[in-house]
Amino acid sequence: MAQKKFVVGCFDEEKVLFPAVKQVRTAGYKIKDVYTPFAVHGLDHALGLRETSLHTAGFIYGITGTTTAISAISWIFTKDWPLNIGGKPHFALPAWVPIIFELTVLFAAVGMVMTFCYLCQLAPGVKKHHFHKRATDDLFVMVIECTDKTNTDDLKALLVSNGAVETDVQVAEEGWWFGTYDKEDNLYNEKQIA
Amino acid sequence: MASIKEQFEIPGTLKTWSYALIGIGGAALLYGMFTKGFSSDEHEQVHFWGTLMYNTIFWTLVTNAAMFFLCFSTMAMAAWMQSFRRIAEAISTLVPIFGGITLMVLLYVVLSHNHHIYHWLDAEAVAKDPILKGKVGFLNPTFFVIWTTLTIALWSYFGYRMRQISLEADVAPMDAATAHKYNVRSMVRSGFFLVWFGLTVASTVPWLWLMSIDAHWYSTMYSWYTFASSFVAGMALIALWLIYMKNKGYMELSTSEHLHDVGKFMFAFSIFWTYLWFSQYMLIWYANIPEETIYFKNRVQGSYKPIFFLNLFINFLCPLIILMKRSAKRNFTLMAFMAVLILFGHWIDFYQMVMGSLMKEHVSLGWLDFGILTFFVGVMILMVARSLASKPLIAKYHPFLKESILHQV
Repeated sequence: MAQKKFVVGCFDEEKVLFPAVKQVRTAGYKIKDVYTPFAVHGLDHALGLRETSLHTAGFIYGITGTTTAISAISWIFTKDWPLNIGGKPHFALPAWVPIIFELTVLFAAVGMVMTFCYLCQLAPGVKKHHFHKRATDDLFVMVIECTDKTNTDDLKALLVSNGAVETDVQVAEEGWWFGTYDKEDNLYNEKQIA
Repeated sequence: MASIKEQFEIPGTLKTWSYALIGIGGAALLYGMFTKGFSSDEHEQVHFWGTLMYNTIFWTLVTNAAMFFLCFSTMAMAAWMQSFRRIAEAISTLVPIFGGITLMVLLYVVLSHNHHIYHWLDAEAVAKDPILKGKVGFLNPTFFVIWTTLTIALWSYFGYRMRQISLEADVAPMDAATAHKYNVRSMVRSGFFLVWFGLTVASTVPWLWLMSIDAHWYSTMYSWYTFASSFVAGMALIALWLIYMKNKGYMELSTSEHLHDVGKFMFAFSIFWTYLWFSQYMLIWYANIPEETIYFKNRVQGSYKPIFFLNLFINFLCPLIILMKRSAKRNFTLMAFMAVLILFGHWIDFYQMVMGSLMKEHVSLGWLDFGILTFFVGVMILMVARSLASKPLIAKYHPFLKESILHQV
């Protein structure tokens, strides 16, 4: 799998991060991602990410569930094994509505969770490189992809001038891999020693 | 804040239109009252008073829903609605007016012993009827009059108290301690309204005013169903006024983000209404007990069939399909269209709830219904506009206003 060079800039405040994202983008660098401890409103717009199509997928899964339920129940109760239940007609739509609804929700929910995991590349055993441990705690970590022409010193200077508290150059695996983290350093223990 | 238009000036066209609507509607109302309401023919009487009843109850509950919206938002410490809270407040000022009309109509019906509308008013029939005898502790004129008067008086009073505390946010900036105190006081006041709302709209009042028309029949879903119907229509009315004010260049602080959330309420509560509609229908359909199915007999199989299914089409399928997309809820034109459609749909819903029981044989939807509707729409437009013009459009020192301005969906 491919190793790539990244420049990492860490920010400790949201209001410093936003102008920095804008500056880095206008300077022409490609931001791989910004890792934040919590969901930051408007950051997706600032990064220029496109609208997610997860909800469209959800709609399609839902419709699939509805269709499955209607066709299965109507086939079972009218063709395959018609039963007389309380003298109701075999094609008893009101009685089916709860099941149709449940299957719609089930298909949509399960399908969307699976799609979400696929899009975010999340699965048991899947590992990804962590650019900074504190990204899950209190630091906003901006990761910029380098090309052959990127001057890392210029980029680091740009980040610092925009308020980065910490900058770093890392050569790291850009995708995911199965297995374990080779050099697992425990942030909690480090802090205790210090 | 300097560039914000804080004062609403009522446009001339709005005045002309509302006076015209009140004129036409009032003429229809008066004509109907003297030719039908006071006629000696019982069918004509039932036709007129029933029509007036469902219109006035519908508009009272819809305007009251605006205050309910404000109160539960305050209770949940929601900030996003602060930028247009004066619209909801202005709509809720109609509660005393429409409530007063409702009170007069209901008192007239009960005190004139119109047992063609409320069968339980007929003392002789009740004495011979074991089912009605069992309900006499609840369905009797004394309780009806006292509870109805109390209901409308307390809705108006608690609503008035909520509007008063909102005006305090116009006076001066608040420091943290004052703001905290102010929030707690607002929450206490909204709590009073919410408790009373739960005891009335969410339970007793729909039983008394509407369900007791079919005195033998009952449904445990009925009050929730009525509440859902009036609440979704109330949100549609708020959306409609918000769009109107934006169109006229006011309400600069409210954006498509706010409209989006109002749209979510319209969408979600349309689904909620359908859930209750279906739960009520399916349980009765499944059990198939004659004293319960009687309610749906003329609605599903009889003359009300087209209206019954039109109701489901407008209030469920249209919001489901049209309002599902995010872009639809942020589109002012589409939202205005859907708001009008939902208001009309739930008006039709109230029509079939009341007239479907009073005039089982034939659908009477005609000049009288639309005439009285016109009257209420005219009064609503005029009074909401006046109330909006009477105070600033923004509660500018409200502690949550900034959060509302920054609101993003």
